[in-house]
Amino acid sequence: MNDLERSKWFNWLDERFNLKPLVEFMRHKEVPVHRYSVWYYMGGVTLFLFVIQVFSGILLLFYYQPGVDSAYESVRFLMTKVEFGWLFRSIHSWSANLMVFFIFVHMFSTFFTGSYRKPRELTWISGFILLALALGFGFSGYLLPWNELAFFATKVGTDIVGAVPLVGDMIRTVLRGGEDVTGGTLLRFYAFHVAMLPAIFTVVLAVHLLLIQRQGMHEPESVSAAGTQVKKTMPFFPNFFLRDALLWMVVLNILLYLAVFFPWELGEKADAFVPAPAGIRPEWYFMFMFQTLKLLPAHVLFIEGEVLGILFFILIAAAWLTVPFWETKINRNIRPRPMTVIGIAAIIFIIVMTVLGYVL
Amino acid sequence: MSIHKRIILVMNTGFFKPEIFIIPVLVFASQLLLAEEKTDVSDVNYCYSCHAELEILPDAMHPEDIHLQKGLSCAGCHGGDPLQEDMEMAKARSAGFRGVPSKKDIPEFCGKCHSEIKLMRTYQPRIPTDQVAQYYTSVHGQKLKQGDRKVADCTNCHTSHAILSAKDTRSSVHPLNVPATCDHCHGDSEYMEPYGIPTDQYDSYASSVHGVALLENQDTGSPACNDCHGNHGAMPPGVTSIAHVCGICHVNNMQYFSGSKMGRAFEEQQLHACEECHGNHKVAKTSDNMLGTNAASVCVDCHSEGDAGYRAAIELQTELDTLVSAYKLAQDKFDYVRRIGMDDVELGFLLQDAKQSLIKARTLIHTFDPEQVGEMSKEGQTHAVAAINLAETQIHEYSVRRTGFGVATIFITILIVAIFFKIREIDKK
Repeated sequence: MNDLERSKWFNWLDERFNLKPLVEFMRHKEVPVHRYSVWYYMGGVTLFLFVIQVFSGILLLFYYQPGVDSAYESVRFLMTKVEFGWLFRSIHSWSANLMVFFIFVHMFSTFFTGSYRKPRELTWISGFILLALALGFGFSGYLLPWNELAFFATKVGTDIVGAVPLVGDMIRTVLRGGEDVTGGTLLRFYAFHVAMLPAIFTVVLAVHLLLIQRQGMHEPESVSAAGTQVKKTMPFFPNFFLRDALLWMVVLNILLYLAVFFPWELGEKADAFVPAPAGIRPEWYFMFMFQTLKLLPAHVLFIEGEVLGILFFILIAAAWLTVPFWETKINRNIRPRPMTVIGIAAIIFIIVMTVLGYVL
Repeated sequence: MSIHKRIILVMNTGFFKPEIFIIPVLVFASQLLLAEEKTDVSDVNYCYSCHAELEILPDAMHPEDIHLQKGLSCAGCHGGDPLQEDMEMAKARSAGFRGVPSKKDIPEFCGKCHSEIKLMRTYQPRIPTDQVAQYYTSVHGQKLKQGDRKVADCTNCHTSHAILSAKDTRSSVHPLNVPATCDHCHGDSEYMEPYGIPTDQYDSYASSVHGVALLENQDTGSPACNDCHGNHGAMPPGVTSIAHVCGICHVNNMQYFSGSKMGRAFEEQQLHACEECHGNHKVAKTSDNMLGTNAASVCVDCHSEGDAGYRAAIELQTELDTLVSAYKLAQDKFDYVRRIGMDDVELGFLLQDAKQSLIKARTLIHTFDPEQVGEMSKEGQTHAVAAINLAETQIHEYSVRRTGFGVATIFITILIVAIFFKIREIDKK
């Protein structure tokens, strides 16, 4: 840091933007060290994968041409004729999936360590919005290659949205840009994927990061309650940051391995006039919801099974979003802790339903 | 004359004075409308209502019978006056009553309308009206004329009162139902006994490549009985016409065969062209094993070791086998390239070219000329080899990618180790 402060470039910038307080802040930023510290890295990995998404996505944009007659062909061209096109498409697809995976890991780690509690309610809410946006990225990006599987999965997915009481029909029409999944839907999803969602995501992500920097890392109650002994910490720069970088390199290696040895398939071009092929299913992160809806009976009392399932998931999402506000009313002295039970039940439910979705 | 035409006629006369005639004309017009409504078949048709009451309506009468749908009542075919409640008056000869036609009269009975182009074109401008004339040239028609009352007339195939459009899948003459319709008589050994003809055609046909396509796969592009034998003019194809019958669909095969030495020899020896090798009703799916000198070969039925045909059979099979082997290898490579996600576009085109050559070579077999087949086989092999080479390039590229990944991994691992040591160094401070 001292070297930095002595550089004439820094002084030139500092004179204009008053950077010294910022450097001071970074210099004194500390990260708690305890047995749960490993979970602090999950957010960083997610951020790293998001950056990869942005860069690989921009490269794909150079060649991708939305349209019923050009989308599939342009992706095929990119994968077969463009130097390293196959690699960047595979990296984009795999990093998208890994990013969603790490968002879930990050979310559950903050849930179990109680990081959502006061004063970090807004950090939790912004994180939840980022999860929803990431799922939106996945859903809209899935259709873009305009292949058979994506076409019919989008049809099924938007049909499910259409079953939402009162507003379902309207949302489905808005998503599809009409009555059915057509070239119009493709253009719309393209606009969502490369313009609308990135813009919103960037703003919410900036807020999320700003809140974390402002409030610092959360220390789990079990650690802070340990009391008397001297709290262990480490400087964010460079100690924690280098550990972050090390993990990013490991993830990058895994990503490259997946992209090279399991390249993302393109499949057959979508044809609206052929019957839906067998094995139509959504991306793995939607599977638990899809499978739950499939397992529900046609009618439960007077309500359609599908509608009941959708209402259930809307209710669960609302409850999950507002955890910081109702959790305080729950007695924390009960063993096992109610929130731990809820979290484990949610994970078991997601895993079981996802596995059933692939097995059944 | 329709009500509208009558009114226009009245209005066009020079004596028309609206102020004087308007009320009587309106009264007249309303009477005409009422009169037309009364003649509606469904409302007043004493033929139908009496026969229904007495429960003597024809068997299997179909409400969607095409004649009924087009507004033709019972009297349209059988004559008489359906507006008369009294049976004697309704069936009076003076009312044109013809009753149920005798079997020998049925073709003319139907032909009264169906042979009349002026009438029939009001329903469909391009409708054929030569069915009766064709029928009398058929075996069925000729035998009927000779007094045989067992042969098929119009109603045996089309039914009497359940006649549906041939495009309707429920119709007895829809392509999917034609084999069963013919088999109704031709599969009945007792019924067909006096004629001394086989009755296993349906079973043979059902197991043939044509029958499986039509009856199992519902492919109406595949021929039914009438596509080879004709329908109204049904006849067994003669020796000279067999190649033409098959050639309707298999155009190139017919041309090659007709222009070949084999074709001319067949003609001289009065042999049935395609049928000699492929059979008739039981046409099996062709195979390259039909060539050569193996057990399944049809060539050895006529040719024996040492003759030119025998040698040609071996050469033809060798040429085809070589191309098939090259094509299969190219196909396997293509599948592998596709599976590993490499560029298969050009490869696919080359494979298509090779397949096209294989199809052409198989068709050229009907020239029975090893030279022509050999040329096409070589052309196909060239495409197949090009595809194999391209596939190898792609497979090599795939392995280069893995090597590239290996190199990248080494660099990233070095970086990871370096960061690790840096962290240790910093932690020690």
